[in-house]
Amino acid sequence: MTAHTAAPPPILTVANLSASIAGQQVVEDVSFEVPATGITAVLGRNGVGKTSTLRAILGLIHRRGVVTLAGERIDGLPTHRIVQRGVGYVPEDRDVFAKLTVAENLALAERDRNPHREFVAALFPDLVARRNQMAGTLSGGQQQMVSVARALLNENRILLVDEPTKGLAPRIVGEVADALAEAAKVVPILLVEQNLDVVRRLAADAVVIAGGRVVHTGRAADILADDALTTRLLGVSGEVHT
Amino acid sequence: MTLTTGIPTLVRGRKGAYLPFIAGGALVVLMAVLPLLNISLPGILPGATYTPGTLALLSLCMVFAALALSYNLLLGTAGMLSFGHALYFGAGAYGLGIALKYLGVPLWPGIFIALLGGLAIALVTGAVAMRVSGIPFAMVTLAFAQAGSVLVRRNQQVTGGEEGMRLPVAQVPEWLVGVVNTRNLYWFTLVVVVLVYLIVLWVDRSRLGHLAEAARENELRVRVLGLRPYVAKLIVFLVAAGCASLAGIAYMLLQSGTQPSAVGADLTITVLVMVVLGGVGFRWGAIVGGVLYTLLDQRLTVLARSEWISDLPDVLRIPLSEPLFLLGVLFILVVMFLPGGIAGTIDGAVRRRRGERTRAQLARLDDAEQAAPEQVEVRA
Amino acid sequence: MSSLVLILLTGIGLGALYFLVASGLSLIYGLMHVLNFAHGAFLTLSAFVGWQVAQALGTGSWGSFLASILVGAVVGAVFATVTELVLIRPLYERHIEQVLVTVGLSFAAVALFEGIWGTDAINISGPVWLRGTTEVLGAKIPNTYWVLMVAAAIVLAALVLFLRKTRYGMIIRAGVENRAMVTALGIDVRRSFTLVFAIGGAAAGIGGVLAMHYSTFVSAHLGSTLLIFAFIVTVIGGLGSLAGAAIASVLVAVLQQFANFYLDGTGDFIVVALLAVVLLVRPRGLLGRAA
Repeated sequence: MTAHTAAPPPILTVANLSASIAGQQVVEDVSFEVPATGITAVLGRNGVGKTSTLRAILGLIHRRGVVTLAGERIDGLPTHRIVQRGVGYVPEDRDVFAKLTVAENLALAERDRNPHREFVAALFPDLVARRNQMAGTLSGGQQQMVSVARALLNENRILLVDEPTKGLAPRIVGEVADALAEAAKVVPILLVEQNLDVVRRLAADAVVIAGGRVVHTGRAADILADDALTTRLLGVSGEVHT
Repeated sequence: MTLTTGIPTLVRGRKGAYLPFIAGGALVVLMAVLPLLNISLPGILPGATYTPGTLALLSLCMVFAALALSYNLLLGTAGMLSFGHALYFGAGAYGLGIALKYLGVPLWPGIFIALLGGLAIALVTGAVAMRVSGIPFAMVTLAFAQAGSVLVRRNQQVTGGEEGMRLPVAQVPEWLVGVVNTRNLYWFTLVVVVLVYLIVLWVDRSRLGHLAEAARENELRVRVLGLRPYVAKLIVFLVAAGCASLAGIAYMLLQSGTQPSAVGADLTITVLVMVVLGGVGFRWGAIVGGVLYTLLDQRLTVLARSEWISDLPDVLRIPLSEPLFLLGVLFILVVMFLPGGIAGTIDGAVRRRRGERTRAQLARLDDAEQAAPEQVEVRA
Repeated sequence: MSSLVLILLTGIGLGALYFLVASGLSLIYGLMHVLNFAHGAFLTLSAFVGWQVAQALGTGSWGSFLASILVGAVVGAVFATVTELVLIRPLYERHIEQVLVTVGLSFAAVALFEGIWGTDAINISGPVWLRGTTEVLGAKIPNTYWVLMVAAAIVLAALVLFLRKTRYGMIIRAGVENRAMVTALGIDVRRSFTLVFAIGGAAAGIGGVLAMHYSTFVSAHLGSTLLIFAFIVTVIGGLGSLAGAAIASVLVAVLQQFANFYLDGTGDFIVVALLAVVLLVRPRGLLGRAA
């Protein structure tokens, strides 16, 4: 008889989620669960609805369906309430406020009474040095750091991270991945990512989306090892690049 | 894509498919015959239907119905919120006066010149204003209308300045002049409103109309398809302006004169109120809105002078004696609680009974705005 | 030379008035994407109430003048706040309807003002000094212009301080850039909406009282023409940009004065022509966000 420890319940569940932008359906019928620890990747080709899924969970676009966070339904709530319940968001394209300084960008993001300033400062020393610089003048990688730092400042139950390595130089990609790995030690992450090396390094589980629907779930390593699967669903080979 | 228009769907075999057309035709016949009948609607009409006073009021209703129809083409079909539409109405009115007075031409060439003038102004202002869209577009059209208003007020010699301009009757055929001929003016405006209705109907049904509607819903998609929404919208803008000029010409003839208020933003806002009250996107809604507003304005003004109002305490008397206040409040209530207007609400009720999807025109405009990446678009 | 100085200084003074009205409009539009048509009504009501207060306290004194300005600011802020809470907030995200509702409000408000205070313009007077002029480099500048400049400078400084140094100011600055992201940080932007309306209303209120002294009369239509200029200034300066509004206000007003003086009173047209030129060349305005 094997000793079986009960897995903690998933931190986020999504059931029959559908969403539309200006009358155009972008998410058809998406259902999946995000475990309470580790990084879960959301995979799929361009335009299948990965970003829209995240935005639908947050209520940034019109959505229908059931979304629960730690067992409580959040699909009827406005975005700011959902975020206040402990959802951190690192959007695609970073969305830092260009006309605010780095320090102001971070200060704006602080929700709790005791934000994790030391933790973030230790993780991103570069940002501390640039605290009075206008965020619009930062490089892509630095803006990404601001975007991730924002999400790490607060006590969150889950982080929704959307393509954090997009358009970044390989070295910066590594730094961002390091930061996420560090963060994943304390908070589960739902990660949309096209860069399969990053996925391979960070993600435990994965959800694959095609045509606005979930078409495959499982261990990330298994999915990436299955070449035929990755080619069909992601359009790329899952081979390891050296 | 789903294109919902105000066109009654002529589905063969469906019950009542031809009904709107028959009803419309019957209405026109009824209106044409009205001056020969002796119907009284006390409280609504100042006299029986053959009296000049009533005929003048009904003619005014029709002029504004035509103006409302033209505005609905712009807002409902093409989704362009303009605050300067009255400019073209005024251009028609003043244009006719100027053509008759300074060019000495007879009536019909004068009408033609006024119409052309209105279209020319529309082309220039429209092309510039359409460099932006959405709310900035509205602001620009407002500025242009204001400029027009100032132009008219300043040029005493040409336009009569603040006092307005009288219609030079020398060139107008006798049968269109004078209280005695109010009947003929009534039939003239009836022809104008039917004409405008047919033009608007034609545009709505044409490829042009469909293109403008598609662009209203999702401009990016239309461009991706290789079509040019800008040109379609500009043409619709011009047609709407032309119809407004026609209405302005009718107005000038009916009132035997015009005044600066026919040009400015105030009149456009009045037309906006008419169209929203009637129901954005519905042609018959625009007509209902135009007629209802004009009637309400007149009747409320009469009511304001009545005795029982002046006996009320100030707190009640002051608001009730200002028709525009009441209409403004009505407008706010309609926008907040009945955004479909009269036509939209009725249409919605009928469709719900039939199990069809209801149309929410204003909501569609909002959605299209949200989808646009920026409020201020740069035109390539 | 003296006429140049006159044009320049009166232009700056007039621009100060435009800025007072346009600043609120620009912020409101930048944050909420609402074209606040009722801004003119805020202005007009503030002027009327400010005048009543000044009359009660005695129109000639500086104390009553300052009191009327203060009252105007408060009235503007309150009117704006109520408008936002009752009419705008329920229509959240429905921008076209929000615009329409402000149109309806301005429509109804002007009619109501006419009912209460009559359709004729009412002549007003203030401290005697305002009717005089001060000579600068040979040009006689009417003193109302100085007051306008000072008021606008104070309002601009206050706004900049507010935006840069307070949390709500930061939220508003961020919200003008990217409202969705602000909500995605867990911030309820609706409170900022009300705040921005209140601030805009207060600035408009100050503008209204001063506009009244500038034109020496008050009427139900005081706000209407000013509003159109404020719209033009906001578009030229760039929607949502306070600095843009400030620069455009002065630019437009100085140009207007030039045209009025040298081009035979065509100031109004030149302004509209400038608008047309800006739209053709740079539709986002001087300091507006790029498309």
